Amino acid sequence: MRKDYRLEKRKYVVGGFVVALVLIFLIRLFELQVVDNRYKENADSNAFLRKTVYPSRGLIYDRNGELIVYNQPAYDVMMIPRDVQPFDTIDFCKTLQITREEFDYRMKELRESPSYSSYSQQTFMSHLSAKDYGRLQEKLYRYPGFFIQKRILRQYNHIAGANILGNIREVNSRDIERDSYYRPGDYTGDLGIEKSYEQQLRGVKGVEILIRDAYGKIQGRYDDGKQDVKAISGKKLTLGIDIELQEYGEQLMKNKIGAIVAIEPSTGEILAMVSSPTYDPTTLIGRERGKNYRELVRNPYKPLYDRSIMAAYPPGSTFKPTQGLILEQEGIVDLSTAFPCHRGYINGGLRVGCHGHESPITLKPAIRTSCNAYFCWGLKSMIDRRSKYGTPAKAFEIWKNHMVSMGYGYKLGIDLPGESRGFIPNSEFYSKIYGDGRWSANTIISIAIGQGEILATPLQIANLCATIANRGFFITPHVVKEVEGDTISSLYKERRYPTIDRKYYDDIVDGMRMAVVGGTCRNAAFGDVEVCGKTGTAQNPHGRDHSAFMGFAPMNNPKIAICVYVENAGFGATYGVPIGGLMMEKYLTGEISPERKYLEQRMLESNTILYSGVKKH
Amino acid sequence: MELRNTKYETRSAFRSVDWVLMALYAILMVCGAVSIYAASYDYDHASMFSLAEFSGKQFLWIGISLVVGFCILIIDRRFFEAYAYPIYGVAVLLMILTIFVATDIKGSRSWIVLGPVSFQSAEFGKFATALALAKLFSEYNFVLNRSYKNYLRALAIIVVPIILIFLQRETGSALVYTSLVFVLYREGMSGFVLFAGLCAITLFVVVIKFSESLLMGMPLGEFVAFIIIMAIMVGMLALYCKSYKLAKNVGMGFAAAGLIAYGLTFAGININGFVFFSVVLVAAVIYVLIAMFIEKVRKAVVVLLFVGVSVGYMFVVNYAFNNALEPYQQMRIKVALGLEEDLRGAGYNVNQSKIAIGSGGITGKGFLNGTQTKLKYVPEQHTDFIFCTIGEEQGFVGTSVVLILYLALILRIIHIAERQRTAFGRVYAYCVASYLIFHLGINIGMVVGLSPVIGIPLPLFSYGGSALLAFTTQLFILLKIDSARREFAN
Repeated sequence: MRKDYRLEKRKYVVGGFVVALVLIFLIRLFELQVVDNRYKENADSNAFLRKTVYPSRGLIYDRNGELIVYNQPAYDVMMIPRDVQPFDTIDFCKTLQITREEFDYRMKELRESPSYSSYSQQTFMSHLSAKDYGRLQEKLYRYPGFFIQKRILRQYNHIAGANILGNIREVNSRDIERDSYYRPGDYTGDLGIEKSYEQQLRGVKGVEILIRDAYGKIQGRYDDGKQDVKAISGKKLTLGIDIELQEYGEQLMKNKIGAIVAIEPSTGEILAMVSSPTYDPTTLIGRERGKNYRELVRNPYKPLYDRSIMAAYPPGSTFKPTQGLILEQEGIVDLSTAFPCHRGYINGGLRVGCHGHESPITLKPAIRTSCNAYFCWGLKSMIDRRSKYGTPAKAFEIWKNHMVSMGYGYKLGIDLPGESRGFIPNSEFYSKIYGDGRWSANTIISIAIGQGEILATPLQIANLCATIANRGFFITPHVVKEVEGDTISSLYKERRYPTIDRKYYDDIVDGMRMAVVGGTCRNAAFGDVEVCGKTGTAQNPHGRDHSAFMGFAPMNNPKIAICVYVENAGFGATYGVPIGGLMMEKYLTGEISPERKYLEQRMLESNTILYSGVKKH
Repeated sequence: MELRNTKYETRSAFRSVDWVLMALYAILMVCGAVSIYAASYDYDHASMFSLAEFSGKQFLWIGISLVVGFCILIIDRRFFEAYAYPIYGVAVLLMILTIFVATDIKGSRSWIVLGPVSFQSAEFGKFATALALAKLFSEYNFVLNRSYKNYLRALAIIVVPIILIFLQRETGSALVYTSLVFVLYREGMSGFVLFAGLCAITLFVVVIKFSESLLMGMPLGEFVAFIIIMAIMVGMLALYCKSYKLAKNVGMGFAAAGLIAYGLTFAGININGFVFFSVVLVAAVIYVLIAMFIEKVRKAVVVLLFVGVSVGYMFVVNYAFNNALEPYQQMRIKVALGLEEDLRGAGYNVNQSKIAIGSGGITGKGFLNGTQTKLKYVPEQHTDFIFCTIGEEQGFVGTSVVLILYLALILRIIHIAERQRTAFGRVYAYCVASYLIFHLGINIGMVVGLSPVIGIPLPLFSYGGSALLAFTTQLFILLKIDSARREFAN
């Protein structure tokens, strides 16, 4: 046959077309398989269900090995919206014991939340009881796209120490942003040691990789579980807190506003730290948390405000020992130096009142009687001693530096969040108010007796007391005594020495002992324990004076140093001293002696919250 | 017909069979069955050859295919040419029958069920049509371009099965027959038809894809289409009519009009796009008409015809798209054009198939290690979307190898076609090549998201007895015809 060579060339067109087609496909495949990495991720999120295994959170024990905080399981109903297929909603609601309206409402709320994504896990309902969980688990296969996530909630053995322990809450978007460990729905510590020891308590989450088919059915474990990551439990914490003492303190402080801080002087461990009014930590567990938390925030007495470390109060007369120490250290006074007191400090048209006692008076009796005049004269002698310091400003700076070395004016560094630094002014502060060189001792004389600008937290006052008990050193107060398999920060082991010689502390101890034996704090004495103490009555702009007390016992080899601060309760001797005394007695002897029961009764029943000026809503 | 020389012929058929084609066929078929095993592998570790598995059944089909192929090789070489029309007639009857007796499977009535076996008559229509077409072209002194009657006869052979398969509601298989346009082209049909087809597809894609946004008061798609038509007009005047002067003048005119319109828009005067293009095109057409008579450029008529038809087509496209196509077809086209994602519906298959292929990377996850295909994320994974399994488990390396094997197969068939000494053999071979081109283009195109989802299998690879048997028959008839080519020397 005749061959048409012109037409034969057309094979190149057809062949060329095929080559072009295959080339286009190769380019496309190159793009899909080599250039674009997105598909690999998509494939993994398609096929692997990464189920988080939550570690059990670290348990918390008190100093005597008593379990305070432990875990209880809770079950969240989770869903991946994309995988949800039509299901029997009525049956589902019945199983969960919710109404259809509630179901619709939850779904609507989920969809409207900013973290909603139809591809990722969403919490449909949290904290199912074990019973509901059991019922749902049986039927779960009927609801593709839904699954159950086991979680850990906290439970408490003692209704005490909420301010110390804190609680846990679901993470918010800021937590997630700050720490990539968290995923929506995780829990994190809120307040207290739950917050400050979050890293140790939370442990490490594990992952279980499951293989999931297109219908959302789990086909098994990926690689026989070899790629799974085991969860690591959180570390056990042992606190310095004596939970019984803590409970007792909270009872004593009932119907009062204020704080108690008790420290073991030799170690800096906090034995009890009461903030009153307080709240029941169990109310912040689980589903009701949000509602109860809002209520606590709205409460006018601010139970969430930990007064023991956050409130800065005028320390009042509990401040006088610091004055005595500085005056002796600076050589302004010695034990024989006497100042006159005619019912007060009267100088340059100024009068700081005092009460009746012998005059003139030396240091130890001045501590015993809490003489205002003595410390005013002392401060004046120091600040105005131009021969030694040049100007009052320079003298004041030295005074201030001593004060800071004793733990005032700055955060002590306790292992709890939100500590306040109190307030110790410096010379610039006064120069700004009164003008450079235009102020002298009399301008600022009220600081001599812990009034005026001076503010301190109950923790700082207790720490001063511990320092005196130790005769010249303290260890930064801390709540956590031991972290399982870990060491606590060296900060909580080192001794810190104020710039005062040891020998002067003995004089203060003597004064404080005398105050208990025959001075302002007689009610602090119990049994044959040698108790030392110092009262404080702080004037304040909010109404009745605050009642304060600091003390330690026994005098030699002290086991407990304490600060009690009761707002608007009047003289230090009326509330501060008895509460402090009862706390020390309870801690040292284990019970209150019968002859002091009346005192305990009075403290338990009294109510000073009336005088707080806070109107109940 | 005498079958006297059967013994001798059989021996010669095996000796002179094209082993390259045979090898490519065998490799692809086995790769296919192994992929089917991987695609339907179900963590319960059943054997590849178990008849409970798709792969086992496919191996059974491979065996049957080989037997059928062997039979074809021992049939007399003249059988197919002699009985081309009767075979075609039987196939047509079978397809008509199918319309009435077929059971409804997923909306299509194309499957004939005979006891445990079911098959698609459309698959057997393919080689019958190829034989009939080859027979037609092998008529004494048949030249396609000699008379329009020849065209009509060729088209009739092609169109009848298309209509019948459409009636079976099996659009994909019907479209396969349109690929025979390659055969007509090879046998002398003007290349202009292919060009027009290309233009039609381009205009369609442009108009539909850019129909949402507006420019100068008209859809962007039509705006671009107008510009394409104008460019083609200028191009045709220059290359087809060889009248550079006309081309230059028309082109300059278009450019000037465009600049003026742009300037006016810049000056704040908005012109309606339709008005603008109508005026400019009408002016150009009048100019070309006048020039045609003065300069005696007869061929310009074709150009004007082209412009007229294109503009008309352009306006019909949108209407036809929205009214003539089923909603699911519209959606599939929109997905392919990237207009819609529709991940739950029409786009689901394509998206999942892209994920499966894309997750394979360069070297793949390894045999049986794919997750997407095994966990059934890719639908139809062992049939139409079988290529995903290669993509996921063998990676870019695997997909490239498979594509190159197909390229080699098709090019080999074209090579075989061109060495035939009879029009019968050549046309038949081109028919087979055309079917393969279409299947490959649409199937792979669909899997990688370049063409709309049209349910046709990947030849020799996809699970399914009908399709495998059909392609085997096509190829073995080709092998038989080819092996006997020397004896036909005349």
